[in-house]
Amino acid sequence: MIGLPHYLLLGSFLFCIGVFGVLTRRNAIAVLMSIELMLNAVNINLVAANKFAAADAVTGQLLAVFVIVVAAAEIAVGLALIISIFRQRKSVELNDFNLLKW
Amino acid sequence: MTEFILPNAWLIPFLPFLGFALIALFLHRWPKVSAGVSIALIAAGFIFSLFVASAVFSEPGGAVYEFTTRWLEMSGLKVDMGLLLDPLSAVMLLVVTSIATLVQIYSIGYMKEDPGFASYFAYQSLFAASMLGLVLSNNFGQMFVFWELVGICSYFLIGFWFGLPSAKNAAIKAFVTNRVGDFGFLLGILFLQIIFGTLTFSGLAEAVPAYTNMALMVPVAVLLFLGPMGKSAQFPLHVWLPDAMEGPTPVSALIHAATMVAAGVYLVARAFFIFSSVPEAMTVIAVIGGFTALFAATIALAQNDIKRILAYSTLSQLGYMMMAMGVGAMTAGMFHLTTHAFFKSLLFLGAGSVIHAMAGEQDIWKMGNLSKKMPVTTWTFIIGALALAGIPPLSGFWSKDEILLGAYASGHYGLYILGAFVAFLTAFYMFRLIFVAFFGSNKEGEHAHESPGVMTVPLIILAVAAVFVGFVNSPFMHHLFGEFISHPMGIQPHPSSMIMISSSLIAVAGIVLAWLIYQKEVISHLALRERFKGIHQLLQNKYYMDEFYARMGQIFVYGAAQLMFWFDIHVINAFVDLVARFTGKSGDTLKYTEDGQVQNYALYMVAGALILVVVATMAAVSVIA
Repeated sequence: MIGLPHYLLLGSFLFCIGVFGVLTRRNAIAVLMSIELMLNAVNINLVAANKFAAADAVTGQLLAVFVIVVAAAEIAVGLALIISIFRQRKSVELNDFNLLKW
Repeated sequence: MTEFILPNAWLIPFLPFLGFALIALFLHRWPKVSAGVSIALIAAGFIFSLFVASAVFSEPGGAVYEFTTRWLEMSGLKVDMGLLLDPLSAVMLLVVTSIATLVQIYSIGYMKEDPGFASYFAYQSLFAASMLGLVLSNNFGQMFVFWELVGICSYFLIGFWFGLPSAKNAAIKAFVTNRVGDFGFLLGILFLQIIFGTLTFSGLAEAVPAYTNMALMVPVAVLLFLGPMGKSAQFPLHVWLPDAMEGPTPVSALIHAATMVAAGVYLVARAFFIFSSVPEAMTVIAVIGGFTALFAATIALAQNDIKRILAYSTLSQLGYMMMAMGVGAMTAGMFHLTTHAFFKSLLFLGAGSVIHAMAGEQDIWKMGNLSKKMPVTTWTFIIGALALAGIPPLSGFWSKDEILLGAYASGHYGLYILGAFVAFLTAFYMFRLIFVAFFGSNKEGEHAHESPGVMTVPLIILAVAAVFVGFVNSPFMHHLFGEFISHPMGIQPHPSSMIMISSSLIAVAGIVLAWLIYQKEVISHLALRERFKGIHQLLQNKYYMDEFYARMGQIFVYGAAQLMFWFDIHVINAFVDLVARFTGKSGDTLKYTEDGQVQNYALYMVAGALILVVVATMAAVSVIA
């Protein structure tokens, strides 16, 4: 029988992979994709918690839909920014984007 | 009339105050009207005072009328205000209103061409109101208010010609010096309020003699005495009075000779029940008074400015009065205050008449032979000087004699000898002034002219008073003054013909010596000056007291400023600098964490979040465990 801990574990794994990707990948596109992983990990948590904690309500599902909407908007803005930066600097490597420092 | 005036005695100070308000607000554009209003109101005060005095003196020993009302009430503090009409205040009322009236009439002539004529009379009225309020107060708190008011009037009138730097500085000096004394006075009053819970003289008169904690009463009495020390210019707070002569001469006559400076003596008499129950305080008063009398009299020997000679003479006589209070001869002190008020205001007004005639010249060596040109001024001045010197039967003789008698009878033989010596000096310096200024061979007095009647008539009235006032406490009138003004703790010795004769001889000796030196020139004063050059310099420079204070001020104020400066630079500033440097350095060091690498920032965030998770988990675990 698959219970809540299994879902939570899956969510944690996905989140950690996402964090690892955000911290280690130098390519901005890959970082955006890793963020998507983290957001989806959260979605799994929300939906699972809804199912096991309050099956009659749809609060978790609703929040998950919100997250998907926000994620889509975020990707749109993020990609637009990356394209704009690429046109300026001919690069999508995050290492190169270090102008704002001491 | 008497029934009306007794409960309405507040009118006596109120009328001059009304005069002040009217002049200041409306009448100042018409100087003559201002002067008329001011004089009419103070004269009305004099008439009211006569009624008050007749009521008070109608009973043997003097009637006492007290009218009190609650001024403000808070938990633990009740402040009364009221009027006290007793022989002491009645005498002061008569002295203040009569002399103020005469001085104001005289001022019409003296201040005639002054552009500040109207404001002069406004200040005069305000002063009269404050002084009368002081005299009528029935408690220390109210008295302190008026005490400060006469102080501020003195400040205004000393600095009346504030265009002159010397007048401005003298006014500031008077004010600051009085602050020193008044600070102690206020502390003393607060102590009285704390210890006895009342400030009325009648309440304190009952409570103080029953109080036995001398360890507390001695400092309280000495603090209270600081007020009279400042106001009556006792050593070492005397330095302001000679400089106060920068004001118009009638002001010097009224405020700085007859009334305000006597307020200190009046206060000691009023609070005699406090001082007399503290023998240590009495000793302090007697010694300071006696020392001031001698100190100032010696300075007067070597001064050349006619007003300054009189100023030091006033200091000396105030010292006399204080000495009388200190030895317990309260009656004699108040009596001398009364007679001194008349003959010293006469002398000052006479000096004013001379200065007026000499177009502002005040150096006695630049006068000379004034007696031919100014007979009225000369003769009234001589009467004043004879009274001051203590020549019988003039007023000064009776009062000065009683002080000497009091010192002798109370066993203060040192102070008696000191007083007798001061009497000799007094006669000497007054007649030095007269022989040089009025009978000197200098021709510069030739173009002088007698002052107008508005100035000479007050002189004549005061001269008559200076002759006859003394009789009220002479054996001829059965010591009437002492019948009314006395205190059970004070002494009233029987007259001694030995002291009377010796003090008269001493005064005559002083006059004769002055005559020999300055008129006959049997002994050349120039040779004397040459022979005792050092002493003469010392006296002429007033024992260098002003320089001493200036030096002390420099050492202490400048030293304190240096200390503060050091503290500011090396402690406060250093601390502030340290904070700034720490902030700057840490910013300088920590700025390298901002390296522009977004992923590093993300790493810090994750690390922080992880730490929070770990801490929260551990907390939760410890709660469960």
